[in-house]
Amino acid sequence: MTPSPPPPLLRLEQVSKRFGPTLALNNVDFDLHAGEVHALMGENGAGKSTLMKILAGNQPRDTGRILMDGKEIDIRSPRDASAHGIAIIHQELNTVPDMTIAENLALGHEPLTRFGTLDRRALGRQASEKLARIGADIDPQRRLGSLSIGMQQMVEIARAVSENARVLVLDEPTAALSRAEAQQLYQLIDQMRASGVGLIYISHRMEEVWQLADRITVFRDGAHIGTARMQDITPPDVVRMMVGRAMGDLYDHPPRTAGEVVLDVEGLAGNGVGPVSFTVRAGEVVAMSGLIGSGRTEVGRLIFGSDPREVGTVRIDGRPSMPSDCVDAISDGIGMVPENRKEQGLFLGHSVEDNIAISSLDRYVTAGVLHSSTIHAAVAEEMARLRLRANAIDLPVKSLSGGNQQKAVLARWLLRDSRLLILDEPTRGVDIGAKREIYEMIDALARAGKAILMISSDLPEAIGVSDRLLVMRGGRIVCELVSDATSEEEVMFHATGTAGDRAPQGHGDPQ
Amino acid sequence: MTKDTENLGRAVEPVRREPFDFARWWDRVGILVVLAALVVFMAVFAPNFARIDNLLNIARSISVNAILAAGMTFVILTGGIDLSVGSIIAVSGVVAVIAAIAGVPAPAAVILGMVVGAACGLANGALSAYMGLAPFIVTLGTMTFLRGLAYTITAGQPIVSSALNFRDIGNGYFAGIPVPVIVMAIVYLVAWFLLERTRYGRHVYAVGGNPEAAKLAGVRVKRIITSVYLFAGACAGLAGVIFAARVVSAQPTAGTGYELDAIAAVVLGGTALAGGRGRIVGTLIGSVILGVLSTGLILMNVPFFTQLLIKGVVIILAVAIDSLKQRTFSFRLPLFSRSAPPRS
Repeated sequence: MTPSPPPPLLRLEQVSKRFGPTLALNNVDFDLHAGEVHALMGENGAGKSTLMKILAGNQPRDTGRILMDGKEIDIRSPRDASAHGIAIIHQELNTVPDMTIAENLALGHEPLTRFGTLDRRALGRQASEKLARIGADIDPQRRLGSLSIGMQQMVEIARAVSENARVLVLDEPTAALSRAEAQQLYQLIDQMRASGVGLIYISHRMEEVWQLADRITVFRDGAHIGTARMQDITPPDVVRMMVGRAMGDLYDHPPRTAGEVVLDVEGLAGNGVGPVSFTVRAGEVVAMSGLIGSGRTEVGRLIFGSDPREVGTVRIDGRPSMPSDCVDAISDGIGMVPENRKEQGLFLGHSVEDNIAISSLDRYVTAGVLHSSTIHAAVAEEMARLRLRANAIDLPVKSLSGGNQQKAVLARWLLRDSRLLILDEPTRGVDIGAKREIYEMIDALARAGKAILMISSDLPEAIGVSDRLLVMRGGRIVCELVSDATSEEEVMFHATGTAGDRAPQGHGDPQ
Repeated sequence: MTKDTENLGRAVEPVRREPFDFARWWDRVGILVVLAALVVFMAVFAPNFARIDNLLNIARSISVNAILAAGMTFVILTGGIDLSVGSIIAVSGVVAVIAAIAGVPAPAAVILGMVVGAACGLANGALSAYMGLAPFIVTLGTMTFLRGLAYTITAGQPIVSSALNFRDIGNGYFAGIPVPVIVMAIVYLVAWFLLERTRYGRHVYAVGGNPEAAKLAGVRVKRIITSVYLFAGACAGLAGVIFAARVVSAQPTAGTGYELDAIAAVVLGGTALAGGRGRIVGTLIGSVILGVLSTGLILMNVPFFTQLLIKGVVIILAVAIDSLKQRTFSFRLPLFSRSAPPRS
């Protein structure tokens, strides 16, 4: 041991970044030691991805210093980042699925023969060496796209390792992995830590963070909230740091009373899920829970007519709804906020008004002509209801924050005055303040007599916002729970179909 | 909705307006500035440019391309492309002329030409929308097929008919204005009305902006896609009839390469090739710019080969400005830029 500790491998001092009106990072400090796994947690919009983009060289920082081994460095481009040994494994993989594994591994510095042509033999040899270094046993001549997502991720990590990465940032690496693949990844992370690489591990999964990390840092609203060693902190502490308040009051709503049945689903099947049967009443919020791939989104799409049904009946207010496409479903009184706001929900380059009005235009037509001023006024009214700034009405929707973008999609169905709202992950990628507003709006809509079916992967949210919970597994509804009388453990038990370290509590066990 | 849902939430996001936004400014008036500069330049340097009869001539000469470009605007707004409109000009012209020679009255022959064009467009649209084929490939195929059809029908020879009954739609005047110019004006009025004042128009923009979101928002995406090709085909059919009337014959080679001039006019007018963004008025101005440019250059005795050079530069400049204003960080490809400099 030297008398003075060595400088950290990577150190960020007072780094700030502003995007238009939002301060994405506000004078944050962060450090990472060699041979350490440093978990970075925070809500969406907390500034994790901005920090990552700065490290990756995709966005320049506005102010602050970045030091490596105590020496200040400048990262202006991804090339700089790579030259300093910083590699990022993104959620969306940066690989070319149609090329072979070997070609992917060599991308950007392919070995050449002395005639300047591609040296295929060296390419294969180097690829085998790189894969061997991370202990992956894959044939480098296979097409990358033929591998599972987990294996593709391994290949990307192999590439980073081969480029002598000293800092490896992993952004929710296990989000798309099976349990076995995740275990394999954990082993690889341990291996890399032992070899002196510093790892920044971004994740939303508490248990995984506690299993892997040495230290944890929490960001909130672009600010550094705290850093602690894992043994000095508990998951509830981290949640409190992330949300800035105890979780309870985030979901608080006065009790609601359910009315008549609005949505009545009987034996509905199609698109690989079902049959499912359930009801949603007026003034009721029903959450659909379950693991990714359990069929929640598919059920929503079957009801909304965006995927074809095989069998089953759906009734809205007692009238059969048999949509052949979304147009029919909308005229039956159904509205859907899709899972992926940017890809399925919004016309990013179009104005907020156009985005909100698009599904209700038929109401504002006489003799084929649109009533522009009436539409404008009606849209402005919905925007005011949702506290969307009126002067945003003509701006492209892409200039709004994630939360306000989501409000624009919701406003579309408020304007349409749909009877049933299917909300698929309504708060994904939304900051905590907008989350709260969306919850309040869901509550207000229910009180106004709407029926709401909410699909959510966020368990506390699903339990906290809803009146009842339908848990799905393998395309079926495996049980129905009363939200006030269940716990995350109980939902997870049903969603996974396996007992955890303790037996599940029965119904009626208060939280 | 009851009072319960009023005034939800608290946080209000501040939306800052940029003091001067080149992109927005250019969107609104940029192309007009270019046209004005061009007209002033020509009026000063091109002999006889500013005479009424010359201006009417320009209007007449651009009408065919402008009508094509009106239809092309709809297609490009949905994110598609139609390469077959030039060949449709030939086919519809040939059919209309043969019908006229066979004794079909003029209005019916004109409508027949349009129907033939619309039918070709319907085939393009249905193949693109319902078979899921790429419009570029579909219309490349129909472009070749329809050209072949025009040659086959005419056995490769022009069909000249000096007594063509619908020749006035190409050469006539009404109240001192060339008839094709009036037809062009009507086409643009209809196109403007459809795009700006109807639900259909909003749906066209929505499909181009994001087809998946459009579907989930209740737009019949396939129908919209089919309809824009149908409209483009009908426009091309009408353009074909006007072309045949002007040359008083059916030419199997008519309209060769016109699809590219139409695309150029649309893009000059500020419509994004990616779809979802653009204005029909821009297309009209784009067509006028191209027309003024060629006529002015002819009046200035600029050789034809040089005219092509200048036209090419103008098109690239216009698109360059368009892409400059779209510039964001997204132009970086992390895939390639992430790698280290090549090792020696």
